[in-house]
Amino acid sequence: MSFNIENYFSDQPDGNVILFYKGNVDSDVINHVLDTVEDKMVEVNEQSKLRKKVYNVLVESLQNLYHHVDKVPDDFEDQSSEKYGLLVVKKVDAGYRIITGNFVRAENKEKLEEKIKRINRSSHEEIKELYKFILNHQRISAKGGGGLGLVDIARKTGNKLKYSFREYNDKYSFFYLDISVNEEN
Amino acid sequence: MEPIIIDGTPKTPTVKFDSTEGVFEIKGRSIPENSVEFYKPLVDWLDNYKESPLTKTVVNIRLEYFNTSSSKCILDVFKKLEAIHKAKNEVEVNWYYEEDDEDMLEAGEDYESIIRVPFKMIEIVE
Repeated sequence: MSFNIENYFSDQPDGNVILFYKGNVDSDVINHVLDTVEDKMVEVNEQSKLRKKVYNVLVESLQNLYHHVDKVPDDFEDQSSEKYGLLVVKKVDAGYRIITGNFVRAENKEKLEEKIKRINRSSHEEIKELYKFILNHQRISAKGGGGLGLVDIARKTGNKLKYSFREYNDKYSFFYLDISVNEEN
Repeated sequence: MEPIIIDGTPKTPTVKFDSTEGVFEIKGRSIPENSVEFYKPLVDWLDNYKESPLTKTVVNIRLEYFNTSSSKCILDVFKKLEAIHKAKNEVEVNWYYEEDDEDMLEAGEDYESIIRVPFKMIEIVE
C-alpha cells in the first residue's frame, strides 16, 4: 500500500469537516483559515468561550507548522510547498477537533515526541508553571517560534495531546497532532 | 520624543505610546507570525522613555487574542515598565479581559506573577 497522508482521516469518520487544507502554510493561508473558521463559528452561534479557545488553538497549531515544519521528502507529490502542512477542522459532538499533519525528519522525531510526552505527563498546574517558566526563560528561536505553542494548546484545552507518527521512509515520518477543544457544560 | 501611533490590523494591535500623556495603550489582536518585528520598535521606544519618564505611567492592555510568540514580546514590554517602576516612578498596568475569558485573565495573572509592577485586572462586561 502506498503512503497516503489522508488515510488517517478515513480511519475516523466522526463529525463534520468544516475545513480541509493541504499545501503550503504561509501567512496568507493562515489568515484565510482563521477568517473562515471564525466566520463559521459565528454563523452557528458558537458560545464565545469555545470560539476563543478554538481560535487560539488554531493560531498556535498553524504557526507551529509555519515555524517548524521540515522540508518534504524528495519523492513526495508536492515539491512546490516550502512549508507543507495538512489541516482539518471538524465539528464534533463535544466541540471541535483540529488535526494538523507535517513531515518530521527522523533525527527530529525523538525530541518532538519527548516534548509532547513531558506535557502529557504533567498536571494542569504543572503545565501552567511550565508555560511561565518557558515564557520567562527562553528566548525566541531563530525560526521565530517561542517554544510555547504545544504547552499553550495543552493548557487552553485542558486535554492531553493526541498524536501519532506514521513512517514515510527511513528518513521521514508524517506527524499528526489531533487536538480536541471541548465545549464546557 | 515622537509618539508611536499604530493602527490595528487583523493580526496586529492598535498601539498608542505618547510620552506627553501618561496613558499608553495596546489593544486588539496580536497574532503575527513575526512578533519580534512588530514589538521591537515598541521596546526600543520604552527604552528611551525610561530615561525621563513621567512621574506616573498607566498602561492599558486590552487584547482579544495574542499568540505565544507575542507573549514573549509583551513580557519584554513589561520588563521595560518594571525598570521604570524600579527607578521610583509610578507605573500601573490595567489588564482587561472579557467576562467569560478566563484564559485572558490567567494570562494577565502570569505576567503579574513575573513582573514587579502593580497590575489591575479589569473585567469588561458587555
